[in-house]
Amino acid sequence: MFKAFLVKYAEIGIKGKNRYMFEDALIRQMEYVLRGVEGTFHVSKEQGRIYVQTEGEFDYDEALEALKRVFGIAFICPVVIKEDEGFERLARDVLEYVDQMYEDKQKTFKVHVRRAKKTYPGTSMELNAKLGERILDTYPGMCVDVHEPDILLTIEIREKIYIYSESIPGPGGMPIGTNGKAMLLLSGGIDSPVAGYMIAKRGVKIDAVYFHAPPYTSERAKQKVVDLAKLVARYSGPINLHVVNFTDIQLYIYEKCPHEELTIIMRRYMMKIAEAIGKKTGCLGLITGESIGQVASQTVQSLAATNEVCTMPVFRPVIGFDKQEIVDISLKINTYETSIQPYEDCCTIFVAKHPVTKPNINAIKKSEMKLEEKIDEMLETAINTAEVIRVE
Amino acid sequence: MEAYLDNSATTICYEEVRDVVVKTMMEDYGNPSSMHMKGVESEKYMKEAASQIARTLKVGEKEIYFTSGGTESNNWALIGTALANQRTGKHIITTKIEHPAVSAPCEFLESQGFTVTRLGVDQEGKISLQELEEAITPETILISVMYVNNEIGTVQSIAEIGELIKKKNPKTYFHVDAIQAYGKYRILPKKMKIDMLSASGHKIHGPKGIGFLYISDKVKIFPYIYGGGQQKGMRSGTDNVSGAAGLGKAAEIVYRNMEKNVASMTELRQYFVKELEKLEQVVVHGPKGETCAPHIVSAAFVGVRSEVLLHTLEDRGIYVSAGSACSTHKRSGSPTLTAVGIPKEQMESTVRFSFCETTTKEELQYTLEVLKEVLPLLRRYARR
Repeated sequence: MFKAFLVKYAEIGIKGKNRYMFEDALIRQMEYVLRGVEGTFHVSKEQGRIYVQTEGEFDYDEALEALKRVFGIAFICPVVIKEDEGFERLARDVLEYVDQMYEDKQKTFKVHVRRAKKTYPGTSMELNAKLGERILDTYPGMCVDVHEPDILLTIEIREKIYIYSESIPGPGGMPIGTNGKAMLLLSGGIDSPVAGYMIAKRGVKIDAVYFHAPPYTSERAKQKVVDLAKLVARYSGPINLHVVNFTDIQLYIYEKCPHEELTIIMRRYMMKIAEAIGKKTGCLGLITGESIGQVASQTVQSLAATNEVCTMPVFRPVIGFDKQEIVDISLKINTYETSIQPYEDCCTIFVAKHPVTKPNINAIKKSEMKLEEKIDEMLETAINTAEVIRVE
Repeated sequence: MEAYLDNSATTICYEEVRDVVVKTMMEDYGNPSSMHMKGVESEKYMKEAASQIARTLKVGEKEIYFTSGGTESNNWALIGTALANQRTGKHIITTKIEHPAVSAPCEFLESQGFTVTRLGVDQEGKISLQELEEAITPETILISVMYVNNEIGTVQSIAEIGELIKKKNPKTYFHVDAIQAYGKYRILPKKMKIDMLSASGHKIHGPKGIGFLYISDKVKIFPYIYGGGQQKGMRSGTDNVSGAAGLGKAAEIVYRNMEKNVASMTELRQYFVKELEKLEQVVVHGPKGETCAPHIVSAAFVGVRSEVLLHTLEDRGIYVSAGSACSTHKRSGSPTLTAVGIPKEQMESTVRFSFCETTTKEELQYTLEVLKEVLPLLRRYARR
């Protein structure tokens, strides 16, 4: 029955002169998600509203699900489109719409007509009253409430007539690409995909980096990260995933530095590499899935120690979340099942039984001095040989 | 150089098998259940395949049923006979080193009120005949023992076990999981008193997704899959003509050259084990010498995690498995390795090499060279 969607956006509306940029980004992202849906869709901007028009048959549920993944959308209204064939016909169409949509006819309503086509006879107010009357006559259980109606029935008169009354919540946030780009440190865990999702929600385009340590981590662990990136990309749009071979650096640290400092030193180098690749690809920040106190390397002291190596801002959107809160989001965005596949990642392979939880920055730096001989060269190799996988 | 040493996981297809599979897909593609000529033609493939297999076992071709593979065969044998004979008794005997395709259905039957006795094994993985004899009661309806263990290559004394079972309780059925043994041994169910025997196509250079269950015509068993009544109503579902034809062909070929191929694998195995034992901190599991299956070598490389060794070897074109390929999805230790008393540090570093008839000495030499090169390196970075 529905032939179009009217999309309402929230925060974009207040962006003043930049508004067109936000709208264009929103349209781009809508077109991107709808590409994967059965049917032909046209997304257009008309008088400050965004419409998705369809051509021929299409999968309504899939289209709706896709739009629910577009950041920047506040509400999605499924629209019925009718030809303009005079008032009598319109009245009949409206009654039929009410009949099909609402089985229970004991509701309050308000009719809201917008006359975009100014040649249409009558004023909006007159049309409101006339259509309201018809509804009251046909369905005696319904009554009018102009302040808080159960049903706000909107009828837009344009070249054709648009009827809608339902508003389905979108994800909110801002359109991807309106807030620069950031580099996500993606492991195979639960937290980092959620972190990527949350930052993308604020309109930030995402690149990702994954540290691969063959033969200690397997091809399947890497595939798992690619799969996770794909799931995040359903929201964020295409992601360039940089796969860094981290084995040599890791073994070098393992050989030269105190074992209990391994993880913290490793993470410092990961941040450095992520930042270096990010700089090359135009990223303005880093994103991690760290949450205070979750593991030894995420105590406040450890976070301070890893933070110290980079100059870019590091976004940690789940920093104050409990594990269960993060899990809840991962379930919502469908990354949980993939995240819990049991493949070892490079953070766990050489982990000490009792890693430092309150690293002293000077002690860490002193340990890192032992790496002076080869580390710069190794970092450069790791950065330059990273494999880039485009994930859509 | 490439060395595929994971033949207990799966094997490459024989070319003749491929040809008959393609032929049944592209030319003689009929459904054996159809009444017309095309159906009759394809039915011939089913009969031919059953007879090819029956000849290798010296049983009747009507006693061969095609399944989707070893796992289905085992499930059917266990659950099908347990349900059909529960009025006689509800006791089942098996071992602690069975493949999950046997142990999991046993757990299911336990949840349905059956009692399962799991026999322990010695250090080489063999069960004790005396313990078996003591475990058999008038209530025992089924005994399931695997012929060749998939992880360490232990070969059970199947003929003696069969003899013993029938002496103690002639009513007890004897099922043998022969998935790793079929094609490596002359198995004669009638002589060995085997009532049911499971085998799989892709372990003997046949297609995946096909296997068979030999069911002696004396066995009382329920069907496992109900439907259109194919295979005498015992296993419904459109006949997998391509799979069956491929399996029949593979069975014929593998048994045609068995003695020669097994002799060559045995020799290679002895060479490989001897060389492995020369390396430091390497422990070869399973039975010594020729009592072990000819195609399986299980060894612990102490101080190196098996997964890491596996990926390192993979990098050099050598394919092996860590423990048993079927259990990579589980984190817990292998029940087989636990049952033969292998300590935890060896378990974590156990790798399985498995051969087939085309495995060459050069491949093994190459593997040994690579091992000698990478082991010291990997041990240097062992977990502290």
